[in-house]
Amino acid sequence: MSRSAQLVERILQGDRRAAARAISLLENHAPEARAIAEGLAGHRGKSFRVGITGPPGAGKSTLVDGLARELRKRDRTVGVVAVDPSSPFSGGALLGDRVRMGRALEDPGVFVRSMASRGTMGGLARSAQEAADVLDALGKDWVILETVGVGQSELAVAAACDVTVVVLVPEAGGAVQAMKAGLMEIADLFVVNKSDRPGADEMLAQLRETAHYLDREGWKVPILKVIAIQEQGLEALLDRLESYHAWLQEGERLEEKRLRQAALRIRDLVRARLEERLWLDPEVDAVVQENARHVLAGQLAVHQAAINVWGTVRERLTELEGI
Amino acid sequence: MSEAPLKILIAKAGLDGHDRGAKVVARALRDAGMEVVYTGLFQTPEMIVEAAIQEDADAVCLSILSGAHMTLFPRVKELLDQEGLQHVLVSGGGIIPADDMAELQALGMGRLFGPGSGLEEIISYFRQEIPRRRLARKD
Repeated sequence: MSRSAQLVERILQGDRRAAARAISLLENHAPEARAIAEGLAGHRGKSFRVGITGPPGAGKSTLVDGLARELRKRDRTVGVVAVDPSSPFSGGALLGDRVRMGRALEDPGVFVRSMASRGTMGGLARSAQEAADVLDALGKDWVILETVGVGQSELAVAAACDVTVVVLVPEAGGAVQAMKAGLMEIADLFVVNKSDRPGADEMLAQLRETAHYLDREGWKVPILKVIAIQEQGLEALLDRLESYHAWLQEGERLEEKRLRQAALRIRDLVRARLEERLWLDPEVDAVVQENARHVLAGQLAVHQAAINVWGTVRERLTELEGI
Repeated sequence: MSEAPLKILIAKAGLDGHDRGAKVVARALRDAGMEVVYTGLFQTPEMIVEAAIQEDADAVCLSILSGAHMTLFPRVKELLDQEGLQHVLVSGGGIIPADDMAELQALGMGRLFGPGSGLEEIISYFRQEIPRRRLARKD
């Protein structure tokens, strides 16, 4: 049996060391990554996948800690993928989510993996979802993906789950700020955390008004008051997540949602492959640079430059791929 | 694989609330391009090893200023070995007398860094030591 097949076999038997190793190999695009992903393909989709996002300092990790413990009380096993940003300067990262998840971490039914965003185009969505696939195959009933909601790819990760929870705090600057950040569009459920602080009720009212216009095919987007650090509102949150899960399972909803997301994942991978091939290709790059000089000199509109580059791209693709 | 960022777990073990040193090192390692997982305070050796497993860390670094280093370091190493994680480097620092350092290293710990150690020294040690261990890794 190949090394990758052995790893997959061990993951399916519940071996957390094998799961941790597989996540690294996937994340690092190791030579074994493809075989592992293929091995896992038949074993995904069993867990309920929850995306949690929101601005830095909204209390997401504390909320995940509380939610994980609440889930354990209901006898469900939990996997968590917690994403923190990589430094754009050094490429390094300080992954601190475990600090706030101390209590849940003492439970052997909880597996937490920290992940640095690594800043590659589309790379985060890929790695985080593949890590979630591993935890799914490991047999976790619920898999929670936590991202800092400060960028398109971070939002995309949370939006690629069965349910997306947006966490806001009273001081987050109101619902308009959340709208600007693109958070409103992806929420299936809002949490106003730290809701004992001033401004919580205004925040709640604004969210209610906005959520009223959100079209979720008949799902009324709940807005919940939570004080995660005092464990207030967590039971109600889990109840709502359970009812969303039940709602999704009516008819074809879950299947349709997952189908849309699978299509997105495929498009992301193709786009990443295309961009790798094209932008790193010296010939294409030379044409891009040349056109950029013409644009700067005022000899060319950007749109015309893009059309020129597109011509080269088409030629290069034919040569590279033999299309 | 050897070009993947080094993943370092930094932990404060036992009843020791002084974590400025740990945080300074964590930041320096991040700024050197490493991915650093910080566990926070008051961790037991069992919790630290479980975190090392889940995070698939290359190294576990303990910062100990409480005097309990002769208990905590060997216990973490022992648990890692039991889990089959012999490749994980156990390093760290704190107030550790030279004789104790030598004894801990004889027990399988990597280099330990006392007061006055330079951040560059720590960074270059990890950059040398971890790729070697990754290559020797069997799992």
